[in-house]
Amino acid sequence: MNGPRRIPGREAITVKGWWPAYRWLILRRFVQLGILVLFLLGPLAGLWIVQGNINASMVFGLVPLHDPLVLVQSFLAGHVPEVTAITGALIIIAIYLLVGGRAYCAWVCPVNIVTDTAYWLKRRLRLKGSARLSATTRYWLLGTALVVSAVTGVIAWELVNPVSLTYRGLVFGMGAAGLVVLAIFLFDLLVSERGWCGALCPVGAFYSILGRFSIARVSAVNRAQCNDCTDCLKVCPEPHVLKLPVYGADTGASPIVLSPNCTNCGRCIDVCTEDVFRFTTRFEKTHNPIPTLAEETPS
Amino acid sequence: MDKSRRRFFSDAARTAGGAALIGLGLGLYARKSASLPAEALRPPGALPERDFVGACVRCGLCVRNCPYDTLELARFEQSIATGTPYFSARDIPCEMCEDIPCVVACPTGALDPALTNIDDARMGIAVLVDQENCLNFLGLRCDVCHRVCPLIDEAITIERQHNARSGKHALMLPTVHAEACTGCGKCEYACVLPEAAIKILPQRLARGAAADHYRLGWEEKRRAGESLVPEDPEHEYHLPEGLDYDHSGDGLVPEELPDTPFPDDPLDTLNQGANP
Repeated sequence: MNGPRRIPGREAITVKGWWPAYRWLILRRFVQLGILVLFLLGPLAGLWIVQGNINASMVFGLVPLHDPLVLVQSFLAGHVPEVTAITGALIIIAIYLLVGGRAYCAWVCPVNIVTDTAYWLKRRLRLKGSARLSATTRYWLLGTALVVSAVTGVIAWELVNPVSLTYRGLVFGMGAAGLVVLAIFLFDLLVSERGWCGALCPVGAFYSILGRFSIARVSAVNRAQCNDCTDCLKVCPEPHVLKLPVYGADTGASPIVLSPNCTNCGRCIDVCTEDVFRFTTRFEKTHNPIPTLAEETPS
Repeated sequence: MDKSRRRFFSDAARTAGGAALIGLGLGLYARKSASLPAEALRPPGALPERDFVGACVRCGLCVRNCPYDTLELARFEQSIATGTPYFSARDIPCEMCEDIPCVVACPTGALDPALTNIDDARMGIAVLVDQENCLNFLGLRCDVCHRVCPLIDEAITIERQHNARSGKHALMLPTVHAEACTGCGKCEYACVLPEAAIKILPQRLARGAAADHYRLGWEEKRRAGESLVPEDPEHEYHLPEGLDYDHSGDGLVPEELPDTPFPDDPLDTLNQGANP
């Protein structure tokens, strides 16, 4: 490679300024850590806004929230949950149908900070090489977790789930859960780039399935202005979701990122100097101009 | 075309194989996690362990609602199912709150909302495991386990027994009655010994079980108000004249007539002198 290495997102800072180039990343970290702080205010400051942890909680002693995947496992394990749990799960499902299924991954999940850091460090240290894992592996793991729950009568994934281990660790005391977090960090850093969130995590797989129907979406609405810098693909945790919406204009593909794997992290919006992306809904009418004959003819 | 198809199937088979392997590992681990160590007690109202591990979502709301910080969530490295609530009686026992806030807080019913009277809780059973070191068994009046029991004189009574060592004192023995004991653990917590002589054990370890068809005769008699079997008739021997029955094995023997060298009047014996 010749010349200085292009660092994704650098150009956006010089072109758009610092805040627009980091806005969604900062908002996202703010929400992610804010939710954690809400959980910690109780045990650390005696301010009980939220009780419980990410699996199930009670807001102001009134509104129940409940992880739907845990509830599904519990049901398969042979337990019929109380109304409180079902209500909590329906509220969570409604929220993610609104804001995007895998918004959970980008805006709430604590492991996301760990894997994002691993990815950032890998780039910084220019570590090459990565085991390729199929992005569909997570669905297999999700199915496995459900089958094991049904067969053993135990909420199986919760025995090892790094997401809830981390959260429970932060709110109730870490213990050896810290080693699991470290293992995921090292796995992403040294074994498989974006391996955990991008290929393996069954929780992400579950929220992907919700995301198939969710409303809030990123759209490459100004894709005509794309200058092919590919920064968006480099910062995207699931680059395959962007390819068609950004580059698929001539195939008639919608500019709306409809892939259920998109986490609605909004980092593509940040790093794009040409303002190709913005948040919208999946229902927005996109005028997909039929390419003219002249455009279709290869030059 | 054929090649890509073959590749698709081989990839799918590889992933399925990996998933099956992980599933097997996870399944074995899940099975193992369902066996609770004896020293870990579940909160009041907890479903039987096999159901509990399928019902508890490890949210910690019971922990947060316990006013005495009794409950903890199992950490990853412990041999209790990850994230599930438990308590150790010797550290902090259950204070048996009347409103049972932990059960009220449980969103899933893993702690059964049907439990409304804390005296009905069955977290375990107190067992006086070490009669060699229990001070009361040594003849002292410690009585602490009896005194702290929330169901004093029901779950733990003091039973008197003869002290054979001193020959003239009583042993005042703390005695647990399983039908009243909730397993709160206050006795284990309060035991004055460096290692508690009375411990809360899970039902499966603490109790035997009588066979269904066993009946206690005296209980049946009390319930019926009379004996259910006819009284034993007085045993009668009908032996031939002049014969007796020897129970040590000789069978029928001639009747033993009073055969003694002494005359009926003891004075005659005395008057006989040294040489009869």
